[in-house]
Amino acid sequence: MPQAQVTMEVRKVNDGVSVIDVKGELTAFAEGVLMDAYNQASDGGVRAIVLNFEGLEYMNSSGIGLLVTLLIRVNREKQRLLTYGLSDHYQNIFQITRLDDAIGIYGSEEEAVRAADTT
Amino acid sequence: MTEASPPPEEKGEKQQPRDAAYWAKRVERLEVSAVPDGAANVNVQGRREVGALQGFGQLWQKTYRVRLTGVETTPEETVRIWKERFPEFQPPNSRFYPSMAGVAPGEVLFISASVGGMPVHTGVRVIYADDESFTVMTPEGHPESGWNTFSAYTDEDGTTVAQIQSLARANDPIYEIGFRIVGATEQERLWTHVLKSLSAHFGVNEPVTLEKACVDPKVQWSEMKNLWHNAGARSMLYTMAGPGRWMRGLMRRRST
Repeated sequence: MPQAQVTMEVRKVNDGVSVIDVKGELTAFAEGVLMDAYNQASDGGVRAIVLNFEGLEYMNSSGIGLLVTLLIRVNREKQRLLTYGLSDHYQNIFQITRLDDAIGIYGSEEEAVRAADTT
Repeated sequence: MTEASPPPEEKGEKQQPRDAAYWAKRVERLEVSAVPDGAANVNVQGRREVGALQGFGQLWQKTYRVRLTGVETTPEETVRIWKERFPEFQPPNSRFYPSMAGVAPGEVLFISASVGGMPVHTGVRVIYADDESFTVMTPEGHPESGWNTFSAYTDEDGTTVAQIQSLARANDPIYEIGFRIVGATEQERLWTHVLKSLSAHFGVNEPVTLEKACVDPKVQWSEMKNLWHNAGARSMLYTMAGPGRWMRGLMRRRST
């Protein structure tokens, strides 16, 4: 199978919130990278995971499937999943697939972190 | 000498991502402009689409695969044939009716199936289609809430592998009970049949493998309300009302 064309860097912005910077393509091949990043981001018992999609270049329906499985894991750990940096195109895809019903979409990292901190 | 047009960024236009042409446009509710011959437009028009997060039952991910061993075909060619012949590869008790445009982003495929001897008229919408895959999403009332992705890829040894991946949960409590008793097995038979038919088209008789995982074992009681749209119950009423519809049509024809 082809290699994942994606990198994910994890930053801890405060005790309760980690940000994952997604750069590249979100397809089925990104599963290992995404789950590794999530495990790293969850370290230390954070309450919220924020996905930064400013660097997202491509996403297919398998990528959406990955986000669903990530969301289920996050919910199971009683954490929250939030996003920012989605272009209009990818916000539309979140609406088509109704991911926006369950994943908070914010305009900037500041807004997403504030939302994560206040709930 | 003509001036080259400035790059999109300079004109203030944002470049569309590479995947933009592959995704369907967003719709609030399904709109059906033309119904293919033989299809029943029941439980489709006006329905909202529902994904893996909206249904009632346990969330399952099931991956079916068949290796097209010894066949000189690419993933693109395999998926092209799959799109073209999608209805032919279904078993007799599950008929799909694509629109004239076929399997393309935004198109609705009507379904008339028989589940445990009961008729179920419903549909799905193609939300994503590229050269190597396509994905359909279910509407309210469909037995499942989620997606099915049909794709092909080249394995490490160069063999083309055809795959169906379903990420879905039962849409309401009745379907959930049905899936737990017999529906899940029926569904697995259905997709196995589709992959068997596809591989038979290429002259291959390889086993279909299935990997399944319960992604979310919890049921979502907040989605009990989905019962209202149950396509099985509504299809039953539609079938029972058939003689009445026929009589009304006859009287209309006689009066004109």
